[in-house]
Amino acid sequence: MSEVARILYCHCAYAQVVPKDVKEEVLRQLCASGVAFDAVADLCELSAKGDPALARLVGEGTLKIAACYPRAVKWLFEAAGVSLGENVEVLNMRTEPAEQVVFAILGPGFATAAAQSKEAL
Amino acid sequence: MIAGASNALRVVVYEGEGSRPLDDVQRYDLMRTLLEKGYAVTRTRSGGTVSGPGESGGTMVVLGRFDRQQFAQADGAAGDLKLHFRDIEGQATAACVETVESIRGEAQAPKPGGWKPWFPVIDYKRCTNCMQCMSFCLFDVYGVSSEGKIKVQNQNNCKTDCPACSRVCPEVAILFPKYRFGPINGDEVSSDDVRREAMKVDISALLGGDIYSALRDRSEKAKSRFSKERDEDRALKERNRCLDKLKESVGAMDIPAEVLASLPSPDQIREKAAQAKARAEEALKLANLNPGASPS
Repeated sequence: MSEVARILYCHCAYAQVVPKDVKEEVLRQLCASGVAFDAVADLCELSAKGDPALARLVGEGTLKIAACYPRAVKWLFEAAGVSLGENVEVLNMRTEPAEQVVFAILGPGFATAAAQSKEAL
Repeated sequence: MIAGASNALRVVVYEGEGSRPLDDVQRYDLMRTLLEKGYAVTRTRSGGTVSGPGESGGTMVVLGRFDRQQFAQADGAAGDLKLHFRDIEGQATAACVETVESIRGEAQAPKPGGWKPWFPVIDYKRCTNCMQCMSFCLFDVYGVSSEGKIKVQNQNNCKTDCPACSRVCPEVAILFPKYRFGPINGDEVSSDDVRREAMKVDISALLGGDIYSALRDRSEKAKSRFSKERDEDRALKERNRCLDKLKESVGAMDIPAEVLASLPSPDQIREKAAQAKARAEEALKLANLNPGASPS
C-alpha cells in the first residue's frame, strides 16, 4: 500500500507576496477535499521564532508543503534547525496556479474541481 | 515580535470519530480566519494523517461538532499539553474565533502575528563565509557561531523591507523570502544572477565607493562646515541632504527611506563598520581553524 503524504499549507499571512486568489483557492480546495492537513499562518514567523512546531510539522514520512519557493522553504526550516528530507515536496504558490498546486497535492480529480471553481468566479 | 514559541497555541478542527463534519464553506471560513489571525490550524479526519502533538507542550484547542456531550466544553491535559475541547455546533466563525482568543488569553499563550517576519535567511549551499554581510549590516543582524561561521542571530534588528545585505552578497546566498523579486525571494539562482554578483567583488563595486565611505566623505565635508558654525538645524539638514544623495545612489538597492533615515550618524557608522570588519576578520580566522563546521 502506498504511503499517504501529509500536507502542510502556509497562508503567508503577513505579506502580500503569495497571490491572494491562489492561496485562498488552494485552501478552499483542501478544505473541500476531505483530507486531513496542517496549516500555519506563516512559515517565516515560525522560522524566526525557532518554533519547535516546525520539527513536529515535518515529522516522518512523505510531506507536501504548499508555500513559496522551495529554496526559501528549505533554508527557513534549516534556520530553525530542522532539515527537510528528500521525501518532502514543496509546491510554490507564488508562481504556480492554484489548480497545479492542488493537482500536485491531491491528484487530478481535485485539480479539475479547482479549475472549475476558478472558472465559476 | 519574536517570542514565546514553545507556549504557542494550536487549533484543531476535529471531524473524526464521535463528531459530525463541518459544512465546506464553514470549514474554509473558519480556517482562513484563524490563519489570518496568526494561528496554526489542523484539520483532522478519521484515517487522515497530520502532525503529532510534539514534545514541547503548549495549548491545543479542539473545535468540533461533538456527538458526546462531555466534549462540549472539556479541559484537560496530556503530559505538558493543555487540551481544551469546545463544541461549535451552530456557532458562526466569529464566535469560534472568540472562543479561541479567550482560551489563548486564559492560557497566557503569546498573541500571534503583529510582526512582518522580515529577516535574512542564509543559503549555506551557496555561502562561502566571506562575512561581507556582517561587515555591511549596521544593525548587528549577523553574528558568528563558535566555529566562526556566519549566522543570523538578531532577526528582530532587521529593518523591514530592507534587502540591502543580500545585494552585497557575492554568492546570492542571502534570501528574504518575503521580498518581491528573485533570486532574493528564494527563486532559483540563474547563471545571469551569478555573473552579475561576481561583478560586485566587494561592497565598493556596488556604489563606486562603499556606503560607509559615501557617508564618510559627506561627513568630512560637513565637519569642515560645522567647525565654522555649529548649528544643529544645519547639521540635520546636511544629514538629510546626505541621505537624499545616498538614496539616489542606492536607489537600485531598494532600501526603504525609513531605513536610510534611521541610519546612525556618519561617525557612528564609521565606528560600527570598523567593529564589524574586526569581528568578521576574527571570525574568518576562527573559521579557517574549523573548516566544515556547521553554523549553529
